[in-house]
Amino acid sequence: MSDLRKSETVAEESQYKKRSQMLDIWHSLRRNKGALLGIIILGMLFIILIVTLFMPYEMVLRMNPFHRYTPPNWQYPFGTDFMGRNQFHRVLFGTRYSLAIGFGSAGLGALVGVTLGAFAGYFGKLTDEIIMRFSDILASIPGIILGMVIVSALGNSLRNVIIAVGVASIPFFIRISRASILTVRNQEFVEAAHAIGMSHFRIIFRHVLPNGLSPIIVMFSVILGMSIITAASLSFLGWGIPAPAPEWGTMMNVGRVDMLNAPFLMTFPGIFIMITVLAFNLIGDGLRDALDPKLKK
Amino acid sequence: MIRFILKRILLLIPVIIGVSFIVFALLEAAPGDVADAIIARAGEVTAEDIEAIRAAHNLDRSMFYRYGVYMLNLIQGDLGISDITGLSVWNTFMQRLPNTLLLSFSALIIGMAVAVPMGIIAARNAGKLSDNFASIFTLVGMSMPVFWIGLILIQVFSGNLGILPVAGFDHGWRSLILPAICSGLSLTASTARQTRSSMLEVLKSDYLRTARAKGTSEDMVIRKHALSNAWIPIITAAGSSLCAQLAGSVVVESVFAWPGIGRLAAEAVFARDTTTVMGTIILTTVLYVLVQLLVDVLYAFIDPRIKSQYMNTSKKKKKTGMEKEAAAA
Repeated sequence: MSDLRKSETVAEESQYKKRSQMLDIWHSLRRNKGALLGIIILGMLFIILIVTLFMPYEMVLRMNPFHRYTPPNWQYPFGTDFMGRNQFHRVLFGTRYSLAIGFGSAGLGALVGVTLGAFAGYFGKLTDEIIMRFSDILASIPGIILGMVIVSALGNSLRNVIIAVGVASIPFFIRISRASILTVRNQEFVEAAHAIGMSHFRIIFRHVLPNGLSPIIVMFSVILGMSIITAASLSFLGWGIPAPAPEWGTMMNVGRVDMLNAPFLMTFPGIFIMITVLAFNLIGDGLRDALDPKLKK
Repeated sequence: MIRFILKRILLLIPVIIGVSFIVFALLEAAPGDVADAIIARAGEVTAEDIEAIRAAHNLDRSMFYRYGVYMLNLIQGDLGISDITGLSVWNTFMQRLPNTLLLSFSALIIGMAVAVPMGIIAARNAGKLSDNFASIFTLVGMSMPVFWIGLILIQVFSGNLGILPVAGFDHGWRSLILPAICSGLSLTASTARQTRSSMLEVLKSDYLRTARAKGTSEDMVIRKHALSNAWIPIITAAGSSLCAQLAGSVVVESVFAWPGIGRLAAEAVFARDTTTVMGTIILTTVLYVLVQLLVDVLYAFIDPRIKSQYMNTSKKKKKTGMEKEAAAA
């Protein structure tokens, strides 16, 4: 890096630092090659999502009995399945499910988990003990089995898969936010907030949580990727979104039967699951580097 | 040490109560009950039969009553008999358990054998080509769903090459290869990353410079001085992966039709076999907690600092911080 550019970035950095922490994170994230790739992939997935939202849903269900099991070609870039449905359309329409599941379940897990974890870390004592035992209980049920039980209790649907996968991620958020809160709780500004008569609720959400947010953000990104894989596995095993829907895991479950004569039926949904999760993992790694005070210059 | 182990085992009791209650409540919430599941299988039944089944399973009482009955039996070590298969849940589980253990430990061995050298090489060549290669491998490995890895393995080795059985359990050690590689690969990715970052941390330390300064060979520096200090996080990662393997082997076992406990749970949930689901999840939970305990005990053997913490429990609180500093210095 030349001196000129170096001084420029330093100037930029100090300028951003004055503005906001989030901009600062965004700035260092943008300079991380991996994270940048992740953001680009995620951006493309969002473009696909928006484009497919404006297209008729019938496209994924349209059958063509004369073109069954067509290998990938110009007309059908991802081939066709046993009913002659265009896999290209199906895979692209599947983006909405994976993103909805990822953000929905990680969001649900974070909402419940961070709140509970913050209470546990802030109040300590009995509250902490009860919440942590609850977390231990949830954590010791294997995620996929818990997901299967929840889905079979509530029924196969997008909402229920989000709930099932989200519940399994709650203990991760409880632990990370509790640990993060514990490092902030005893600092002077919390005492000061207490002294001027703020309510516990306000202290937790306005002062303590924002200062311990970094590890939670990293965790959110990692859990997002994990949730997409868990949901795809659930769908693959038959406890996910039911069959005609173009969910990637479900498509792979259907394609599994024709694995040997039409391998492309599994390859493309698989690749899409992989790059989606990869994007979140890359962003998570980038965030970890960006938020790690040890690495800050 | 014994006090620590006892405490952890006692903590298992509230966990079992909580887990069993949550799962019980969820299974109760599922549409249809045991009677429906039995009737669906039995074919022709009269109204009296249905009444008899319902009475036998206390279906006319409240859910809490049934939970109480279940827990009372559980305390006496009775996990019940499956209404669907008619087999004892304990026996079925114990029959399946060795298969899952075999698969998990093979996966652990494969995973560690690949991950540790890979992580060390990556850390020593940080930023170079081999490091980039390893980090791409681990990132992709972590981003691929396990079932897809399994299906690709089946397609290549059973479909195209035709050298290994597709699935099942009937071909002796040859049927173990693919599932073990499949679970091993997913374990490799996370362990290799942990090894790399843990080694990177250690490689920067002063005692390695000292070791090199006194003329120790590079091989010795890495193996003796660096690795023995980097082990703890690696074992943690591998231990939690092993837990995940044991408890969450559902996917791999389903893909390869491997008759382990994960597949048992999946089949039971599918068949609405409440007794087996409850029993399997409770036993899996116990297994999970015990393996974690084993990993924690293992630390003591690897790290003398932790061992000394257990040894003088009376002075534990005061000493640990100082000891750690002293040992780090």
